Amino acid sequence: MILNIICIVLIGFGLLFFLGGAVGILRFPDFYTRMHAAGKGDTMSVFLILVGLAVYQLSDFNVANLLVAGKIFFITIFIMWASPTSTHALIKAGLEEGQKMWTRKDGKEDPQA
Amino acid sequence: MENFFILAGVAIFALIVPIFYRIIVGPTAIDRIVAVNVIGTKTTVLLVLIGIIFKRVDMFVDFALTYALLNFIGSLAAARYLDRVNPDKQFSTIKTKEQES
Amino acid sequence: MYRLCIFLFLFGIWIVFSGQFDSFHITLGVLSSAFITAISSSFLFENRSKGIGVRLHELIRVPIYMVWMLYQILLSNIHILRLALTPGDLPEVEPSLVRIKTNLKTDFGKWILANSITLTPGTITIDIEGDELLIHSISKITTAGVEDDTMERKIARVFEKGE
Repeated sequence: MILNIICIVLIGFGLLFFLGGAVGILRFPDFYTRMHAAGKGDTMSVFLILVGLAVYQLSDFNVANLLVAGKIFFITIFIMWASPTSTHALIKAGLEEGQKMWTRKDGKEDPQA
Repeated sequence: MENFFILAGVAIFALIVPIFYRIIVGPTAIDRIVAVNVIGTKTTVLLVLIGIIFKRVDMFVDFALTYALLNFIGSLAAARYLDRVNPDKQFSTIKTKEQES
Repeated sequence: MYRLCIFLFLFGIWIVFSGQFDSFHITLGVLSSAFITAISSSFLFENRSKGIGVRLHELIRVPIYMVWMLYQILLSNIHILRLALTPGDLPEVEPSLVRIKTNLKTDFGKWILANSITLTPGTITIDIEGDELLIHSISKITTAGVEDDTMERKIARVFEKGE
């Protein structure tokens, strides 16, 4: 029972961070800031949701369920390692392609970006 | 508990739908790539969730892992492709804010 | 010694992924792990002159660093959530490029630093050139956060103790 409550809390927070990522992708003004929302909102929420599911999976304990929980944990580790790498590769590609950078001063574009 | 997982799956799907706006409207190609990447990450989670709802997690976890790998390699390949546009650009030529002022 | 560690590591991954314990699958796992160890064991653990005490020290310190990292990622997500859900014309978003110098020497340390910066509050590493990192930062708070060197000192304490 207590495991179920932990699982529900973790998945709820994960969904909240997913919401933040999705709203950020829609609202932020330029490519770089959208990259922030995409890269970060995902990592933490994937971590929280998958750990919650692994906890639920371990609530009746045997070897098969332990292996499945190990695989879920491995997916988590993989995503937390792959997400910064692909964020870095994509933002570097965007910079080389010459994306404009949005600044606070209205209408005046950053000259070097 | 079943109902909660179904609700969570529906919520993740409802968060996928608005990102399609970025794919369809998105001003540049690389915006679209980022949006596809985000949807791929959400799909990975959704696959594990579907496995738990249908009580076949041992099978669906493998699908999710494969999907995560493909998603990662796909975004890296797209980034490498866009890199070719301007391969000789040096980053030391880009000025930061403090150096300008 | 290092080869044996890599072999055991790969074999553990095989056990988790196959999930079957009959003799055929175990033999297949041993063979493929040995093959991969033979052809590509030099990719992991670049510096092999370190003693076993230093390695044990790293093994103990890495989980502590990861827990601290998770706390930082949580803070970063709350920050992004607050930025994204603020109504109006996004008053706190003020993107800028920052260039910082690092004192880390090994490539592995720099890699860990770049990934950690990407994961923590509102900053993304764009490129590493020599010992300079080009960073894109989303608001004033995060720009101030990336310029103090707490994270760098923590990484240096974990991974570059003997150098």
